[in-house]
Amino acid sequence: MINWSIIIEMLPAFWRGLQITLILLCTAGLAGLALAVPLSLARASSHPLLSWPVFIFTYILRGTPLLVQLFIIYYGLPQLDIVRQSAFWPFFRDPFFCAWLAFTLNTTAYTTEIFAGAIRNTPAGEVEAARAMGLSRTQVLRDIFWPGAWRRALPQYGNEVVQLMHATALASTITIVEILRVGRDVYYNHLVITESFGMAAVFFLALTVVLTLIFRILEKLFLRHLDPRDSANVSPSETTKVTVNA
Amino acid sequence: MTTFLDAKDIRKRFGTREVLRGISLSARKGDVISMIGASGSGKSTFLRCLNFLEHPTEGSISFGGEELVCKRDRNGDLVVAEEARLRAFRARVTMVFQQFNLWSHMTARDNVMLGPIRVHGLSRAEAGERADHYLARVGVAHRKSAYPGFLSGGEQQRVAIARALAMEPELMLFDEPTSALDPELVGEVLRVMRSLAEEGRTMIVVTHEMNFARDVSNRVIFLDQGVIAEQGDPRQVLRAPSTERLQGFLAAQAA
Repeated sequence: MINWSIIIEMLPAFWRGLQITLILLCTAGLAGLALAVPLSLARASSHPLLSWPVFIFTYILRGTPLLVQLFIIYYGLPQLDIVRQSAFWPFFRDPFFCAWLAFTLNTTAYTTEIFAGAIRNTPAGEVEAARAMGLSRTQVLRDIFWPGAWRRALPQYGNEVVQLMHATALASTITIVEILRVGRDVYYNHLVITESFGMAAVFFLALTVVLTLIFRILEKLFLRHLDPRDSANVSPSETTKVTVNA
Repeated sequence: MTTFLDAKDIRKRFGTREVLRGISLSARKGDVISMIGASGSGKSTFLRCLNFLEHPTEGSISFGGEELVCKRDRNGDLVVAEEARLRAFRARVTMVFQQFNLWSHMTARDNVMLGPIRVHGLSRAEAGERADHYLARVGVAHRKSAYPGFLSGGEQQRVAIARALAMEPELMLFDEPTSALDPELVGEVLRVMRSLAEEGRTMIVVTHEMNFARDVSNRVIFLDQGVIAEQGDPRQVLRAPSTERLQGFLAAQAA
């Protein structure tokens, strides 16, 4: 049987944990997005001096576990005198900053690769058609290049955001009291599974549902050109058929 | 009759391979020029050199009596020295592509509106009116809110022609506009092009459609291995070709 009194008692703690999770997700997600835009341009560049450093960065960050990255930043860097004596030491002493930095770097790496792929798949003919009627390079970037790349990246980017949200649970290992850490505390205090880790799972699941819905709406908005059910794409003869049947 | 496009001695090398070996062409207002030739003869490359989508290695191009001043790019090919001059030139000389090249994330109507808004500075309302006019002109007004992915090839190419028309160009370049179409869709595009020619528009058309070349154009140019092998009045040139090359080409087309 579920002990509802424990759940009700711990709800405020879970609520605060949820806020921490959301703050981590939003700050790391937005920073990662902002960094990934210029980095993906460099990554997709045909110039090796631009693309290679970015490739090495994303390869290392995608090739090692996020938990290891988090431990290196939080436990490893303070071992170095340079870090302890630097002006940044107050930041690196703060577990929240370390978690934010690790998540930002990690999501930047994945998002950069997603965007770079979308950029590389830009149909050359679309850019050429725009240039051929006298649009400037800036106009082509704004009207053709970025809108197209954004749309190609959107479904994969949605997955990356959900994965980032799940990854924030790792912050619990470095003393940050987000959803999972609240669940663990409940477990240690009451030795019950459902009311502790089960509740944490319910919160993460609810967040997943919300994020998926948000991206579903974004896709509905931005990917109309791929949706055969969108009214714009139904050919007039089919519309007539529908009217006749109705 | 004024000469307004004058291309002189255009040459193009890709590495050591010389694809265009000195081609000159001048078009007067109202000319409909068909360029024919086997694949690899350089006709598309030449057309793309005319608006600098391809950078010619040698040669000069003047438009409306003014030469487009060029400089050399990294590869030693010619590019228009001033970006603003190039853009102004391209706004007056629009191109229709073999693969349509519509912007896939925009509706047919938005595709036609973008150029006039960005290049001519029209308001959305003005550009919308202009788009509706030209979409109706090519017979796809009923599909204006559809996205390119849901249009047939023939509809896409007609939208692309409307997009080029909406720039109200002085010269239109067509790069094999029917080659990517299913046979049953070729006719609707050719009908539109024929009616544009009858309006007196100036067109240079790279094509494999011999009937179009014969019936619609007032000059036909046969390219072979990067040079003009034969040119002149289409009825004459296509009926009684004087070079063996063109005789062979026409025989192969008919077969």
